Amino acid sequence: MSDSIIHSDDKAFEEAQKYLAVQKRRQNITLAIRYTILTVVGLIMLYPLFWLIGASFMTNEEIFGSAGFMPANPVMDGYIEGWQTSTPYTFGRFFWNTFLIIAPKTICTVISCTVVAYGFARFDFPGKKILFAAVIGTLLLPNVVTRIPQYMLFNELGWLDSYLPLWVPSAFAGDAFFVFLLLQFLRSIPRDMEEAARVDGATSFQALIYVVVPMLVPAMISVGLFQFMWTMDDFLGPLIYISSVEKFPVSLALKLSIDTAESFEWNRILAMSVLTLLPSLLVFFMSQKYFVEGISAGGVKG
Amino acid sequence: MSGDSRLLGFWYVLPYLIGLLVFTAIPFLGSLYLSFTDYRLMQGMDFVGLQNYTDILTSDRTFTRSFKVTMLFVALTVPLKLAFALFIASILNAKLKGIGFFRTAYYVPSILGGSIAVAVLWRYMFADVGMVNMILTGLGFKAINWFGNPGTALFTITILRLWQFGSAMVIFLAALQSIDKSLYEAAAIDGAKPWRAFFAVTLPLLTPVIFFNLIMQMVQAFQEFNGPYVITGGGPLKSTYLLPLYIYEMAFKKFDMGYASAIAWVLFAVIMVLTLLAFWSSKYWVYYAGDKRS
Repeated sequence: MSDSIIHSDDKAFEEAQKYLAVQKRRQNITLAIRYTILTVVGLIMLYPLFWLIGASFMTNEEIFGSAGFMPANPVMDGYIEGWQTSTPYTFGRFFWNTFLIIAPKTICTVISCTVVAYGFARFDFPGKKILFAAVIGTLLLPNVVTRIPQYMLFNELGWLDSYLPLWVPSAFAGDAFFVFLLLQFLRSIPRDMEEAARVDGATSFQALIYVVVPMLVPAMISVGLFQFMWTMDDFLGPLIYISSVEKFPVSLALKLSIDTAESFEWNRILAMSVLTLLPSLLVFFMSQKYFVEGISAGGVKG
Repeated sequence: MSGDSRLLGFWYVLPYLIGLLVFTAIPFLGSLYLSFTDYRLMQGMDFVGLQNYTDILTSDRTFTRSFKVTMLFVALTVPLKLAFALFIASILNAKLKGIGFFRTAYYVPSILGGSIAVAVLWRYMFADVGMVNMILTGLGFKAINWFGNPGTALFTITILRLWQFGSAMVIFLAALQSIDKSLYEAAAIDGAKPWRAFFAVTLPLLTPVIFFNLIMQMVQAFQEFNGPYVITGGGPLKSTYLLPLYIYEMAFKKFDMGYASAIAWVLFAVIMVLTLLAFWSSKYWVYYAGDKRS
């Protein structure tokens, strides 16, 4: 009798093992399918970028000759000639112009949005609910309905063909998304230290500068990085407001280059496209590291 | 102290209030007013009542064409993008090595996608002698005249925006990873096959995120400008002439700002109606776990 029990136990054990093996194999197969799809899709997705970089080091004959992305004999022609552009200015000028827009815009965004988010997060005041509803409302408001009167306003102020229309609205915390983002961060920071500072006689502004800002730095940096990348990409704003070539940012300069005779010189335009994408790519990879650090630091602090 | 701090908070948000009034609220109402006028830059302004709107809706054939193309673009791009983002997110949602690498690789196009440089790249990739056609002929297919054909021209812009599925995917992935694993174990014990579990467990729990992505992507797609402006220039035969392009040319090329404002308000109304429709319908299909009120 005990024999048969042992026997059936063995059988059950064997069957269980067989079942587990089947399960394991099934898991391995799904895993292999997952990896295959991810790799194929990833390659298709990134191929245009590989091709862009590769082609920027080719001669035009080679670009038109094959769909491959590895240049047979890498040449810098595209970069050297593209940098000169068909205008009296080099691409360096256009990068400098872009910087002249990005620097004030990013700095003003970070400062104004931090101050405003602090006001929303830490104080009660009459009309707060309505104003906060406006923050949420403008998140979804399509810019298309405000653009024309804004243009007329800046025209009245004599700001056309200057960078002011591109960054002054941001100095008034105009990008509701960033106010919202900083507000979320502020809500997760305990108030104890600010209250201690206030008890010790600090004003609310001193509490902001010496207590809140140091804790908010990671969030402020990510706001700055996002604003940097978005401003780098902005095209419609400069297109509407900037009319003289000497003031063009890179986005307009690139559009200009495909409209002129240069458009047949693919390698020049592709090379300048690579340079245009480079700052955003660098910032993205830097910020990725920063985000990871910020998250883990936050985790350690609890 | 309390009376003092009541005003104190107001001072901190004052910059926002000023900016809201000057750069958003007044322009918002101003454009509504403009839409009832025949205002042209540097010229007089007369109140014309509903004239602009009746013109747009009855006799403006460019508008009709542009409106149809815009609806087609949004109807094509938004669902495809969401479906693809969800598909890749659910493939990524497993114990995979190198998940961070794939997530980053898929996110890079979203970072770059709005850039003019990428639109330029697209223009050259889909050109007659571009990389895409070279691959097609290399594989033994016929080369396609992407920009010469109304159907395919719009498709190149749709592909560009699909290429940027990363931001929607990251949101889906975060939502997928927060789903309680015990729900799947319960489903498996009840004998549910994986695809059944996906439709019965995963999809209902994802509906709030699908809803969020749907609204965001839709509002964005209706405002598409860079793609058609740089890649196709609105052609051929106005087949990629999306409404933002029409508004831009009417306002900043012809300086017919009253009429352009009216078109902008029609576009705004369409976006609002669809957004409200989504919000209204959400109580029938969006499932909020633990929320008894809905």
